[in-house]
Amino acid sequence: MSERAKDRPEAQQGAPGEAGSAEAHGGAGAGDAQSGGSGGDGGGDGVEAPARIVPPGLPDRGAEYVVLALLALAMLFAVGFIVVYAEYSPAEVPNQLLGVCIGGALGFAALALAVLARRLVVTEELEDDYPQENPREQSEIAQLVHESASRITRRRLLLGAGAATGGVLGLAGLTPVLSLGPLWDTAPLDYSPWRRGRRLVDPHGYPMLASEVEEETFYTAFAEGADREDIASVLVVVRLHPSELRLPKGREGWAPYGILAYSKICTHAGCAVALYRKPRFPVVEAKPALVCPCHYSTFNPATGASVIFGPAGRPLPQLPLMIDPSGHLRAAGDFSGRVGPAWWGVREGPPT
Amino acid sequence: MSEPVRDPIQFIDERTAAAPLLKKALRYLFPDHWSFLLGEIALYSFIVLIATGVYLALSFEPSLAKTVYHGPYAPLRGREMSDAYKSVVEMSLTYKAGLLMRQTHHWAADVFMASIVAHLMRVFFTGAYRKPRELTWLIGLALLFTSLLEGYLGYSLVDDLLSGIGLAIGYGVLLSVPLVGGPLGVLLFGAAFPGKGVFESRMYIAHVFIIPALLATLIGAHLALVMARHHTQFKRDARHTQRRLVGVPMFPGQAPRSLALMLAVAAVLFLLGGLVQINPIWQWGPFEPWLGTNGAQPDWYLGWLIGALRLMPSFDVVIGHYTVIPNPFWGGIAFPLVVLAVLAAFPWAERRLTGDRTVHNLADRPREAPNRTAFGVAFLSWIFLVFVFGAADRLYVLFGVSYETLLTVFRVAIWAVPALAFLIVRRLCRELQHADRVEHERELAEQEAARQEAELMRRREPVI
Repeated sequence: MSERAKDRPEAQQGAPGEAGSAEAHGGAGAGDAQSGGSGGDGGGDGVEAPARIVPPGLPDRGAEYVVLALLALAMLFAVGFIVVYAEYSPAEVPNQLLGVCIGGALGFAALALAVLARRLVVTEELEDDYPQENPREQSEIAQLVHESASRITRRRLLLGAGAATGGVLGLAGLTPVLSLGPLWDTAPLDYSPWRRGRRLVDPHGYPMLASEVEEETFYTAFAEGADREDIASVLVVVRLHPSELRLPKGREGWAPYGILAYSKICTHAGCAVALYRKPRFPVVEAKPALVCPCHYSTFNPATGASVIFGPAGRPLPQLPLMIDPSGHLRAAGDFSGRVGPAWWGVREGPPT
Repeated sequence: MSEPVRDPIQFIDERTAAAPLLKKALRYLFPDHWSFLLGEIALYSFIVLIATGVYLALSFEPSLAKTVYHGPYAPLRGREMSDAYKSVVEMSLTYKAGLLMRQTHHWAADVFMASIVAHLMRVFFTGAYRKPRELTWLIGLALLFTSLLEGYLGYSLVDDLLSGIGLAIGYGVLLSVPLVGGPLGVLLFGAAFPGKGVFESRMYIAHVFIIPALLATLIGAHLALVMARHHTQFKRDARHTQRRLVGVPMFPGQAPRSLALMLAVAAVLFLLGGLVQINPIWQWGPFEPWLGTNGAQPDWYLGWLIGALRLMPSFDVVIGHYTVIPNPFWGGIAFPLVVLAVLAAFPWAERRLTGDRTVHNLADRPREAPNRTAFGVAFLSWIFLVFVFGAADRLYVLFGVSYETLLTVFRVAIWAVPALAFLIVRRLCRELQHADRVEHERELAEQEAARQEAELMRRREPVI
């Protein structure tokens, strides 16, 4: 190392008593002084034995035993891991024991190395220069680039053409991304399975009877025959007393006997509105509400699921209901708005 | 005569001529301070993530095709679920050591993120991001945010109830991206959420290959830049200067310490994976979009985004009948981008504000830069309070303070506390600096007094 070559003469010149001065180089300097000294005993810069790089230290047999013991423990735990793995049947392997075995093996190996580092390896503290910047090479590279282009007269044009080629090539390379899916198509987001006359079914697939829908609780329903994973299909159904309803204008008759159906997908970030706040003491407590557990958007079912708390920006879309002669709930049309989280350019109003 | 050490070195050098490089590498100096190990902990967690992740990838099935569970776990028997979820339930409950690998992988991800954040704080508060290390800082930030995405994709893959809820939120945030959100959502999911299953295999290849490859590349670049410029160092005595570095060489001093740390990190992670349950997905059940649950919390490193989504007041930006910017954009995209932008711009902003454009190889103690330290504490407290509010429903359960009250309190606190923190911390730094100066002057005076006394004694001697 370059700084060693510089250090050594200093360390040799410096009298031993001056090791504590500002110019001394800590342990390394002292080590160098020692090694230089021993080299000197052998007669100058020894030809047969080169001067030590790493300063010598005293052996520590005790520490060696400790390291050996720790390594033995690590091996024992590693073997334990294999034994536990082999001994138990798949469903009964105790995860804790496996973890303790492998963790213990790693931990004891770590301890062994820590003891090695602390007690058996010579600790040196050396100095080195921080790398500096290289102004000469910087200007040489700039010169190189300039001179290389000196034959070219229309540099800007060529550079522009090169950049344009790169850009178009990149574009061509990216074109197959289109195969991932439709590039500029939001039609799938507009989809809704609801049509006038479609029946509501419960999570088990049975058509819902209006007479089974009670107040003070909530139900999940789907469009009959639709995929249960279709977020435009799932509804939350609640029943309020008809006198409590304050639905927006134009929704007269959407809630027969006070039965209301809203999209169950929160208009904020698309979670399921899976909580229903049911006041136990209606006089003093807040009104019934549909609540999304993700960010606590809260919707009032009596007023068309308008947002009464939380971050959602839009009400839950409402599905107009009707009751068929056999007493089953059916859709009387499509939702009052787009289902789920909004996006740039989505138009409010029923899906097309 | 064969020499076991010399021969392989000769073999390599004769074929690569790399001996000088190797020798330089072995004598590369590491300044000695415990806080410089935080980044190493992140590196070793990453290694554990790769090792355990390989095991998991071999038995995971990235498919949303429906199947029915018939395994030994009674509560799920007969339930319809995706292949993905079923394979993770099986790897947890049926495969030998599968649960250990999965839990260790999950813990390693949490520790990885935590050590990155701790490392970032160390670098920030010691001013180690300053010239000539701004690029290292930027790559570090890229690592932080890429890791965040990697972790999110990792637990979204499982298709249990919680991961599905997380993915639904991610989809909502994706749709809210101005201009391109809707088409982008359709492009990536192939349809409206949850899509037809293409997203699962896309997430999988991103999680197990594309992003890990990117992370490994970024880590390589990060380390290469650290090596090119060396670490910063604290000024402990006169030997430590802006131009001169004091440290322990890679070999033999540092190597066993670093290896010991690596093994210790792995030991802790595997002990956690064995002894401390994390994300017992068989208890959550499979995801379906119409299911939800109360009190769900994401992995800690996403809590700040949930908090931001929850804190936003209710509004969508609407023009006429058209939505322009949906609400989740602010908390889910704008907020993390602001945090990233502030952190990325900080080295240059500080140069401009202080006019200090010189090279800094000496790390500051936090008190030595009161404005930076105060700003850092204020900025962190801002993010931390948003993070805490992400668990406000748990705070309600814990303390009985209503969610509505907490919302009001936090909406004020996230602005008031950082402002207050700035003033207090800056004052504190200045007081500490002052105390240091007084102490230093006292020491100088004592030395001077001792010297004068010695001088006096020396002069007196000949007289006696």
